[in-house]
Amino acid sequence: MKIHEYQAKEILRKYGVPTPRGIPCFSVEEAIAAGKTLGGNVAVVKAQIHAGGRGKGGGVKVAKSPAELETYARQIFGMQLVTHQTGPEGQKVRRLLIEEGADIKKELYVGMVVDRGTQRVALMASSEGGMDIEEVAAHTPEKIHTVFVDPVKGLQDSEADDVAAKIGVPANLVPQARTLLQGLYRAFDETDASLAEINPMVITGDGRVVALDAKMNFDSNALYRHPDIVALRDLDEEDPNEIEASKFDLSYISLDGNIGCLVNGAGLAMATMDIVKLYGGNPANFLDVGGGATTEKVTEAFKLMLKNPNLRAILVNIFGGIMKCDVIAAGVVAAAHEVKLSVPLVVRLEGTNVELGKKILADSGLPIISAVNMADAAAKVVAAARG
Amino acid sequence: MSILINKNTRVITQGITGKTGMFHTKMCKEYAFGADCFVAGVTPKKGGQAYEGIPIYDSVKEAKAQTGATVSVIYVPPPFAAAAIDEAVEAEIDLVICITEGIPVRDMIRTRYKMQGSKTRLIGPNCPGLITPDEIKIGIMPGHIHKKGPIGVVSRSGTLTYEAVGQLRELGLGQSSCVGIGGDPVNGMKHIDVLKLFNDDPETEAVIMVGEIGGSDEEQCARWIKDHMKKPVIGFIAGVTAPPGKRMGHAGAIISGGKGTAQEKLAVMEECGIKVTKNPAEMGKLLKSVL
Repeated sequence: MKIHEYQAKEILRKYGVPTPRGIPCFSVEEAIAAGKTLGGNVAVVKAQIHAGGRGKGGGVKVAKSPAELETYARQIFGMQLVTHQTGPEGQKVRRLLIEEGADIKKELYVGMVVDRGTQRVALMASSEGGMDIEEVAAHTPEKIHTVFVDPVKGLQDSEADDVAAKIGVPANLVPQARTLLQGLYRAFDETDASLAEINPMVITGDGRVVALDAKMNFDSNALYRHPDIVALRDLDEEDPNEIEASKFDLSYISLDGNIGCLVNGAGLAMATMDIVKLYGGNPANFLDVGGGATTEKVTEAFKLMLKNPNLRAILVNIFGGIMKCDVIAAGVVAAAHEVKLSVPLVVRLEGTNVELGKKILADSGLPIISAVNMADAAAKVVAAARG
Repeated sequence: MSILINKNTRVITQGITGKTGMFHTKMCKEYAFGADCFVAGVTPKKGGQAYEGIPIYDSVKEAKAQTGATVSVIYVPPPFAAAAIDEAVEAEIDLVICITEGIPVRDMIRTRYKMQGSKTRLIGPNCPGLITPDEIKIGIMPGHIHKKGPIGVVSRSGTLTYEAVGQLRELGLGQSSCVGIGGDPVNGMKHIDVLKLFNDDPETEAVIMVGEIGGSDEEQCARWIKDHMKKPVIGFIAGVTAPPGKRMGHAGAIISGGKGTAQEKLAVMEECGIKVTKNPAEMGKLLKSVL
C-alpha cells in the first residue's frame, strides 16, 4: 500500500526524522492560509499524488511571495499531473503540501527495501540526491553504498556513521545523519514498510540534515496489525477496477490490450499473458482468481473484464487442483448468463474433474470456444479478438 | 530414490484442526502411502484429540518425541505462521514446509534470522508443497496428475507447476519429485538448493526449472548449474510481458546485481547452457528434446 509524501513525513517525524515544517491542504484557500501560518517569504507548493517524478512534471514549485504561492496553488491544484510513473493520462491533484523553503547546500539519497538475497532490510545511500536510484545503479553503481541491517540489533551507530561519511555528509553533521538514518530504520521496521525513501535528504546552509522528500510503501500482508496506516489509504489514487477487484479478493491489474484473461494462480496468470502476447495478441488485464474461486467471484471477474471498452475476447485458463473444473465451469456459465457476454469466450480447462467441467460448458448452449491446451487457447483467443 | 521425502517419511501437520489443515491432511493421507506417513497433528490446547485417526499433540516437540516424525507441514493462519515455523525449528525438525500464504515479510526476516546455523530446512512459505509421486504428497497439489519417473520439477508458482507436470504426463514422462518453493520474497529453499539435491539424486535424469520475475535467484542458480550440474535443465520464466514491476521489486533487485526482469533471467540462463522457452505450452516438449 502506498501513502502520500505528507503522510510519510508525519510518520517519520514520530521517529525523530527532521523534515521541513509543512501543512497538507485540500483546497487553494487552505493553501493560501497555510502559507500565512508558516510565515516567511519562501514556500514550496507540492502536488500530493502517489506517483514519483512530480517535480519534472510541474507539480512542485517554489513560491517567493504570497502572491506567487496563490498562483502556483491555483495552477497545481486540480491539474492532471503527468509523470513517468502516471502514464499519459496523468493523475488529478487533489491534495497539496505547503512547506517552508529550504536553503539547500547538498542533495543526497537514502532508501530502504527488503533484500531477498540476504533476507534483511537493506539501507541504500548515495551522494546523487534527486536522481532515481535505478539510474544511479545503472550508470554509477559505485556511488551506491549498502548496509544489510541485523534484524535483532538494528542499524548500529558505526554503520550509520560510516554510510553518512561515504555519501559526503560533513564530519560535524554525521551525528544528525545518524539520528535520521536510525529513525528511518525504526520507522521502516515498526510500520512493516516495504519501501522507505528520502530523496533528497539535504544538508542545509545553516548546517542541518533534513528529509526534504519522503516516500513509504507498506507490506499488504501486515496491514491487519496497522489500522493507523490503513486509515491513510487514498482510494482516489488507485485504479477503480483494482479497488473493486480487491473487494472480492481477486488480484487484478489493468493493462492496455484487448484480450481479457481469467486464470487461477499468479504464475499461470503471468504465463497466460506471456503466451497471448507470443501468439500476437495483447492482454487487457492480469487476473488471478486464486485457489478458492466461487461462482460469485468468477461472475465479478467477468463483470470487471467486461467494463473495459477495448475488450475484444476473453480467455479463461484454469488448471484445477484443489479448485475443481466443474465448479469453475458452473461459475463461467452463471456469469455468462448474468452479465450478457458481448465478446467471444475461449475456455481451457485442465485438472481435477475436467470432463465434468467440459460437459457443463458444452451443455450450457453458450457459444464457448473450447481449447485443449494453452497453445491452442492462445491461438484461438488471438484469432477471436481479431474478429 | 527421490529428494527430501519418500514413503518412509513421517509427517506432523501443524494447524491440523483448521479448515485448510483438515482438508489437505485428509487428501494427503489418501494419496499413496499417506496413511502411513501422516502420523501426528499439532494444535495448542487440543492435545489428546484425534483427526482422521491421527493423534493431536499440544506442541511439535511432543509430537516429534511421541511419533519420531522428522518433517512438518504448516497450515497455520498468517499472523501465527512464522511462530509455527520457529517452533518446528526449535524442535529440530529436519524439513518444514509452510503452505500459508500472506505472512508479513518482517516476521519472515526474523524467522530466517533465527534459523541461521540450524539444521532445519524450510520450503515456502506461500507454496504448494512437494510431492514424490506414487509415494507421498505433502501440500495442496492435485496428486492424480503426477506419476513416478525421472524428471525433477522446481517452481516458484503453484498452478504453473501443475501445468508443467500436466505437459510431462501428456508426453509420458513421470517425475522423481516436484518442489514448489513458493513466491514470497523472504523464503527458505531456493532454486539452487533444490537443483543441488536433484543433481545428487540417481533417479532424476533431467530438471524443469520454472521461475518468475523479481529477485535474482534464478540467475544465481543458473551460474551454479553451469559449473556443477551433470544433468540437463530446461527453464521457463513467467512474466515476460508483465508491466514494469513495482518500484520495490526493482530497488530490491538492484542490490542483488540484476533487475529481475524475465528477459534478463532468460539471457543469463541461456548463457549458462540452460535451454529456455518463452512459450509456457512447450516446457514438456523442450524437456523431452534434451533427454
